[in-house]
Amino acid sequence: MSSDSEKPNADETPEVKSTPPATKKPEVELPAFEKSISDKIVEKFGDKVEVTFVKEDRVGIKAGRENVHDVAEFIRDALNYDHVESVSGVDYPQDKEIEVVYHIGSYSDSSLARQILVLSTRAQREENPIPGNDATKLPTLRDIFYSVEFHEREVFEMFGVFFEGHPDNRRLLLPEDWADLPPLRKDFAIKGR
Amino acid sequence: MTGELPPGLALQKVDERIMTLNVGPQHPGSGHMRIIVQIDGDYIVACDPDPGYVHRGEEKMAEYRNYITNIPHLERPVIHDSCNVLYPYVLGVEELVGIEVPERAKYVRVIASELNRCIYTMYWLAIYGIFLGHSTMFMWPAGDRELLIDLMEKMTGARVTHAHFVPGGVRNDLPPNFEDVCLRQVNYFEKRIKEYSAVFYDNPILIARTKDTGILSREDAIRLGTTGSVLRASGVDYDLRKKEPYDVYEELDVHTNVMKEGDSYARSKVPWLDMMESCNIIRQALQKMPKSGSVRTKLKPNPKGKGLDSVYKRVESGRGSLGCYIVSDGKTEPYRLKMSVGSFRNLIALPYLLKGEKLGNMPSVYWSLNYWPVEADR
Amino acid sequence: MLKDLVTPENANVFVGKLGDILERAIDKPLGYAINWGRIWSLWPVHIETACCSVEFGAASSPRYDVERFGIIEAFGSLRQCDLVVVQGTITRKMAPRLRLVYDQMPEPKYVIAMGACAITGGLYFDSYNVLPGIDGVIPVDVYVPGCPPRPETLIQGCMLLQEKIKRMKARKFV
Repeated sequence: MSSDSEKPNADETPEVKSTPPATKKPEVELPAFEKSISDKIVEKFGDKVEVTFVKEDRVGIKAGRENVHDVAEFIRDALNYDHVESVSGVDYPQDKEIEVVYHIGSYSDSSLARQILVLSTRAQREENPIPGNDATKLPTLRDIFYSVEFHEREVFEMFGVFFEGHPDNRRLLLPEDWADLPPLRKDFAIKGR
Repeated sequence: MTGELPPGLALQKVDERIMTLNVGPQHPGSGHMRIIVQIDGDYIVACDPDPGYVHRGEEKMAEYRNYITNIPHLERPVIHDSCNVLYPYVLGVEELVGIEVPERAKYVRVIASELNRCIYTMYWLAIYGIFLGHSTMFMWPAGDRELLIDLMEKMTGARVTHAHFVPGGVRNDLPPNFEDVCLRQVNYFEKRIKEYSAVFYDNPILIARTKDTGILSREDAIRLGTTGSVLRASGVDYDLRKKEPYDVYEELDVHTNVMKEGDSYARSKVPWLDMMESCNIIRQALQKMPKSGSVRTKLKPNPKGKGLDSVYKRVESGRGSLGCYIVSDGKTEPYRLKMSVGSFRNLIALPYLLKGEKLGNMPSVYWSLNYWPVEADR
Repeated sequence: MLKDLVTPENANVFVGKLGDILERAIDKPLGYAINWGRIWSLWPVHIETACCSVEFGAASSPRYDVERFGIIEAFGSLRQCDLVVVQGTITRKMAPRLRLVYDQMPEPKYVIAMGACAITGGLYFDSYNVLPGIDGVIPVDVYVPGCPPRPETLIQGCMLLQEKIKRMKARKFV
């Protein structure tokens, strides 16, 4: 059910599946716990989500832009993740898409303390961006994870991804008179390079 | 606070009682950022932090430099905590490239990062003293941190910008006789910082100014996603050195300091307690460290990532969890590099904490968030 | 004889000449006294622009103690200050604020550019948001190189500025 490419110890996982997360040493059991997390999500959403990788302490989930809100809600309510550590955009000009990656962690559940769930989704990329007024839009996760507020503002100004439903899509870090392309897109070239 | 105009130029219709104040960037109580506060009499009704005065585009620059030449500029966001700020990047590159670190190098890294954490916290404490108008508390920590800076200078050759961690270990071995000098200085340092309680933490004026101001409850600390000392001062026992031990932290006995109050006083005390814990960790590491051996696995020139791959590594820095997300596409430069820094994550708590607070309490609440503006802006 | 020289027609000229002579006589000692006062009470404005502020803070610490040389710690209002130490990188967002601070300070005012970023852009020469040096924003008196400069270097830069002030004309409009 999970993707095949970068999954370590894939053959050993079924036997030790039910074991709770050990703190450190047993290296065989750790991927099993991460696999159980990804299994729960796949069980709920089926082929709407794609498991991109299951590594030690990291689970990668990819969801479409129409499902990402539901997936995030499920992650918070059923899996006990409670805060977002970082929101990063990655620009893929050849796919004509901008990926937004949420790194979600948990403070309240001690068995998830080591875990980071990497939830990624993709927005359509415009050749000539008009930040806020073009098709580069995603639903905000602020009503689910309050902690994404400033992170999503940063992604908006750095990539031009408008978050629908975010109450405060103002500029955060760039100067007030910035009129160029969003600077972290790949087609924005810095001087001399 | 809406409209097409940028925040500095927008004309706002405000109630006649409400006054809008700009604090910073030229203000002794702001640092390199601006806080727009709206006050009603002496009470803050709304606060809008405006960071970005030191936004230097580190993440964009990293896409144009290879994995080794990225090291010097990635430590600039927090030059007085430069080992910790490089740590997740170095760990991430090691995983991408697939390289093992010698055992001795891991211990050297732990010692360096703990010394750096103390140096950072002492500077933070010195500025906290200034913010509260407590000049002695500027002079004492600013003088005592020079002891540890001397140690780092012996170890790495530079006062603050060390560039000491490289993928595969550390740049140089420890100088001869370093262990003895380090142990002596750290013991003296611990004795010195214990004296701070008499002049600062038990000082009735400080207690009157910081107790019960800016209270962050446990639930809100989790909901807002704060990290580091802010989180631990609100009663959440979460320290990555213990929860997700990297390098050799799992072999060391790390004790975390948690306070339940969640006010400015607790937030100012937890880093101080953490410094004593750092001294303990340094002593343990000095004892357990292999006495000789290699400290660096040589990398091939121009290391490359293995195909399309991504890695997210995090460490506990002086300001909390510090994550580094590297996407590699198999070239010598990272395809995308994102630093998720503790300061930026704690900034979200500022408008929340200042609402309903007195204007005079603003500096003490603001700086108790363990905030370093240069790091937040990157 | 004087009576013949000073007629009602040329009295103004005579008074003017006398003033010139008087001024030349006291300008040097007076200027020396004014400059002496300026040298030993340089008061930096509190504007931190980037990471060099850490070393600027260390320069005020007990070990280096820049106050020995008459440079007071930066806590005052900018209306009373006469020195801007530009502590590092100037970004495009900070540059208008720096100029605003400089314009609000009373004459005479001096500028020290501290760190490689303030001089040429330094490590951030190719960043999209960093100015290549502050020369285009405000006039600079002393450049202090380093990334960041050690506190000793900053102190030497301040002493160079004092040397420079000593040779400056105390009053401009004479």
